[in-house]
Amino acid sequence: MNSAIRFILNAEEVVLSDFSPTETLLDYLRLRRRLTGTKEGCAEGDCGACTVLVGRLVEGRLIYETINACIRFVGSLHATHVVTVEHLAAKDGTLHPVQQAMVDCHGSQCGFCTPGFVMSLYGLWLSNAEPDRSEIELALQGNLCRCTGYEPIVKAAELVSQTRPSALFDPLERDRAEIMAKLWALKSSSETIVIEKDGARSIIPGSVEALAGALAQTPQATIVAGATDVGLWVTKQMRRLDPVIFINHLVELQQTEVDEDGITFGAGVTYAQAFEILLMEIPALSDLIDRIGGAQVRNAGTIGGNIANGSPIGDTPPPLIALGASVTLRSLDGTRTLPLEDFFIAYGKQDRLPGEFLEKILVPKPHEDAFFSVHKISKRRDEDISALCGAFYLMLDSAGHVAEIRIAFGGMAATPKRARAVEAMLLGQPWRWGTVSQASLAFDEDYQPLTDWRASAEYRSLTAKNLLTRFFLETAGAPVHLQRFEMEEV
Amino acid sequence: MDKPVTSPKTTINGPMHTALKHDSAHKHVTGTAEYIDDIAEPAGTLHGALGLSDRAHAELVSVDLEAVKNAPGVIAVLTADDVPGFNDIASTGQHDEPLLAVGEVRFHGQPIFAVIAETRDQARRAAKLAKIDYRDLPHWSDIEGALENGGKLVTQPMTLLRGDPETEIEKPPLRVQGSMQIGGQEHFYLESQIAFAMPGEDEDVLVWSSTQHPSEVQHMVAHVLGIANHAVEVKTRRMGGGFGGKETQGNLFACLAALAAKQLKRPVKFRPDRDEDMVVTGKRHDFKVDYDVAFDEDGRIHAVDATYTARCGWSADLSGPVTDRALFHADSSYFYPHVRLTSKPLMTHTTSNTAFRGFGGPQGLLGGERMIEEIAYAVGKDPLDIRKLNFYGQPGSGRTTTPYHQEVEDNIILRLVEELETSSDYRARRQAIVEFNEASPVIRKGIALTPVKFGISFTMTAYNQAGALVHIYQDGSIHLNHGGTEMGQGLYTKVAQVVADAFNVDIERVKITATTTGKVPNTSATAASSGSDLNGMAAYDAARQIRDRLVDFACRQWKEEKDDVEFLPNRVRIGTEVVPFDTLVRAAYYDRVQLSAAGFYKTPKIHWDRAAGRGHPFYYFAYGAAVSEVSIDTLTGEYMVDRTDILHDVGKSLNPAIDIGQVEGAFVQGMGWLTTEELWWDDRGRLRTHAPSTYKIPLASDRPRIFNVKLAEWAENAEPTIGRSKAVGEPPFMLAISVLEAISMAVASIADYAVCPKLDAPATPERVLMAVERLKAM
Repeated sequence: MNSAIRFILNAEEVVLSDFSPTETLLDYLRLRRRLTGTKEGCAEGDCGACTVLVGRLVEGRLIYETINACIRFVGSLHATHVVTVEHLAAKDGTLHPVQQAMVDCHGSQCGFCTPGFVMSLYGLWLSNAEPDRSEIELALQGNLCRCTGYEPIVKAAELVSQTRPSALFDPLERDRAEIMAKLWALKSSSETIVIEKDGARSIIPGSVEALAGALAQTPQATIVAGATDVGLWVTKQMRRLDPVIFINHLVELQQTEVDEDGITFGAGVTYAQAFEILLMEIPALSDLIDRIGGAQVRNAGTIGGNIANGSPIGDTPPPLIALGASVTLRSLDGTRTLPLEDFFIAYGKQDRLPGEFLEKILVPKPHEDAFFSVHKISKRRDEDISALCGAFYLMLDSAGHVAEIRIAFGGMAATPKRARAVEAMLLGQPWRWGTVSQASLAFDEDYQPLTDWRASAEYRSLTAKNLLTRFFLETAGAPVHLQRFEMEEV
Repeated sequence: MDKPVTSPKTTINGPMHTALKHDSAHKHVTGTAEYIDDIAEPAGTLHGALGLSDRAHAELVSVDLEAVKNAPGVIAVLTADDVPGFNDIASTGQHDEPLLAVGEVRFHGQPIFAVIAETRDQARRAAKLAKIDYRDLPHWSDIEGALENGGKLVTQPMTLLRGDPETEIEKPPLRVQGSMQIGGQEHFYLESQIAFAMPGEDEDVLVWSSTQHPSEVQHMVAHVLGIANHAVEVKTRRMGGGFGGKETQGNLFACLAALAAKQLKRPVKFRPDRDEDMVVTGKRHDFKVDYDVAFDEDGRIHAVDATYTARCGWSADLSGPVTDRALFHADSSYFYPHVRLTSKPLMTHTTSNTAFRGFGGPQGLLGGERMIEEIAYAVGKDPLDIRKLNFYGQPGSGRTTTPYHQEVEDNIILRLVEELETSSDYRARRQAIVEFNEASPVIRKGIALTPVKFGISFTMTAYNQAGALVHIYQDGSIHLNHGGTEMGQGLYTKVAQVVADAFNVDIERVKITATTTGKVPNTSATAASSGSDLNGMAAYDAARQIRDRLVDFACRQWKEEKDDVEFLPNRVRIGTEVVPFDTLVRAAYYDRVQLSAAGFYKTPKIHWDRAAGRGHPFYYFAYGAAVSEVSIDTLTGEYMVDRTDILHDVGKSLNPAIDIGQVEGAFVQGMGWLTTEELWWDDRGRLRTHAPSTYKIPLASDRPRIFNVKLAEWAENAEPTIGRSKAVGEPPFMLAISVLEAISMAVASIADYAVCPKLDAPATPERVLMAVERLKAM
């Protein structure tokens, strides 16, 4: 067993053994290291002022992703390369091209959000040589600016892609081989790391077996992957968590397998990783994934986490339930698999026994003749939490009658939930406007939604019905919804 | 500074009217621009956190702070009893806003005590440990509740009256009465409120405050500590955004930090968490506008009678001048022959609403534009035609008098609107949209062109003054200081351009220094869009004094006449001789010429008699126009802004790059106000939208898909302002009304444009869908 984590911060190798399980990367940077270029805007992963890059090895490649330092725990940084805004400019003060473009395009006013924008643009610059406007906007979904109206920032992203200079300008391109070697060395050890500070423990298991073992010993432990939800328990509710088991480094939980039955996602697969696969396999889902959080959240948050936290407004359960997904839970005693919809028992209560953790999710591929779609409704299109989210899966028989239908909604009940009454009205019926509009009335039997700041009960009920209408129009070949950009044919 | 000059320059770097970059741009992108939380903390720095009320309105039966005091790291707990001076931070002098609550709390989130601890985390955790017994009292959070409970006001209402509206409103053939709800808005400056206080000897205290109004913070700290103003220095280098939210709302944090620093003799920092900031501090006022407008079949307005009722919160703060400014802008760009406008600033058990970009003007203007919309639907015309019919006329037209009896003398609105109408191809696009809607059952489009006319000057006449301090050192480098604050709007850059221009030297020679009450006293808030008008002139005045002295000296030394001294780029021609600027400065020093000057400016022409509702409150007007096109989804109420074209008047721009940035940024912020930004209080009076997870300001992907922004290049201020420029901070905010009205047109298509949709703001997807449903049911 080891008692320190090791990571690289900009150009420096760090060995850290005195941190609490809930110390955030942002506090570490600002308070301990006085790297004050990274700002705190909201401390909940929504404004992006604290954006930094985290580099990690994925299947032998070194990838850098933007994340929110405010809700990232230090304990999850082992064997990574943390890059802050201070690392970009050359030693002689020459700005990085991304920074220079922001200056040239008048992309800063008050400047407080600017380091975060610079890092998001930098992340984009590293991963995409010629981003179009929609890719730029996607990369900036997790960054709020209150001054500029964004136009000059988008222009800066365009400018810098047009004037891409030699990679030698760039510290990460320049030092890539050296960083990879260092991270490789750090990663090669599979020892479990345990660190205790002020009576609270961080456990960084060396393997999935070690995770199962640690959880069996301390079933009250909080399992943390991307911390995009748990981070807020700490920064906003000031909860003390002890122990915390970090799992975001466990490669075994990050595997994705695609076969004839469907896609199996390891619980630790991030939204961003899933997005790439879903774009190919179930494109209708990719419309939803790019509306979950901002890029920083999608780079950190996992599908497993979105399910395991049991939120009634999690974005992925409704479509996964509609697709007929199942989940596999694992413990020292072995594994068990159950339909995803049965995992959600009641508000705040899931079918997860002490010592169990979510291992993987199996998402069946929709039948090639099936209709499937998912619609998220929120006050703001991007980076918002669902007011409601509805998913529809439909198979018709040769006579045009409903052979199979699954409708699941989030935001309508205490858990993500099937619309069984509506489904019952439709099953076996001809898929026609008359039957559909009649069936939609049964939503009132299925759901008695609440009124809150995201929407009124009345709006939720009405929109649920209208989404079924939308689905009907889609199956009739008349897809109608607002597209910000004309999507290129894939 | 004495660099060898190879060939004489013909122009300097960074004069007025050039698109110079923001002075801190380089520091912003490298993360080296220092905000208050970035200042290196001296050893022993302590951190504060607030203890907040958990009730909207209650008597404080008992406040037990033992557990707070005993929590790890806690050094002190402060209550109102610890205040040596006055437990009062009311910016109005009405004494209605205690620093810390005594006996009673009047909104959910009102500060009751403050904890000071070794670390911020310890202070935050300790603050949750108080045991407070409340006896609940009746509370109301909104306008309706306030009216049902007697309609108590927080400050004096105002009435503007001209002509005989009572009689005239009965005469015309057509009349519409209606009501509009307009939501408030959170500032969401990216840098939350913050103050950092350093105790000094005697009664001295130095406070870094993220404030738009250092002088007020100074006076407030002195008032709370019971010491003289001269013992308090307040410094502000830059804010991470202000938007009005740091005009008075920083007082609380600065006073607590100073109080703790003096009591504990240690540096103390207060930085609330975002959620706490949003719960505790004031916001844009919500309004309900009740309007009654009489007009003829052409759509020409004859008489208007409107009441603007505002949710002000628990204390007055700036609600008086905010509701006044709403009335000053209820005419938008239109001549009302007979008019009565009344304000009703209501007390509610919510946070005390405050300044926010436009300062009541946007709500006033929006009410005016709603009346135009009503008229257009009533007579079946394009709202743009109704607008043109009702615009103020040119001098001599008999249609130039405002409801407050000031004449509109610099009217350019028709020219702006017609240029934009042509350049945006408004008429053809509107026709195409009507045709599109006929063939599109689910997606509907709308388009609207709306104008802005905004009065420039503080309506409190005394605020229209400014000071500046300019030094030239012996090496020819220039130190510039003025009373304005930098919150991102580029004020420092613009004023430095003025000074560079005045001496005809490169701007690199001018060092812009942090605003501090120790250098320029008795300043006004950087607000009301007045920053560059006031401080630019004051700095120019200081520079001019030194320049005059240099000219006098040159004449003496070189025995030339004044007309023979000319400031060339970075050098001065004296008769036939040309000397570098530095050389002249150094020579002047040896001749004992004073190379420092304090400048001063006060806005001419303005006066205002509030009781009579008459005067000349504004020095001039700034104008603009925008046309927006949107699509809505009639199944869900979701929408998208497809295109916006803007033509805006900034006079002769001091800095077109900065001004365009102000226009674009204000527009998008205004769009947020009218679309997705919704403040929501629950039945316990708790604000539940108190963080970016629940309160949704626009993202990059919300801005208009096509966004064409132009300044009216031909525009020039009719008044002799600095460089003939105009104020730009607030006016373009109201250009966003075009988005709301375009959404409204898309909704109106449901009922064949025969009914005014009366869309309230913010037009969230929910409000849009409900309006669609309303029209479907008709």
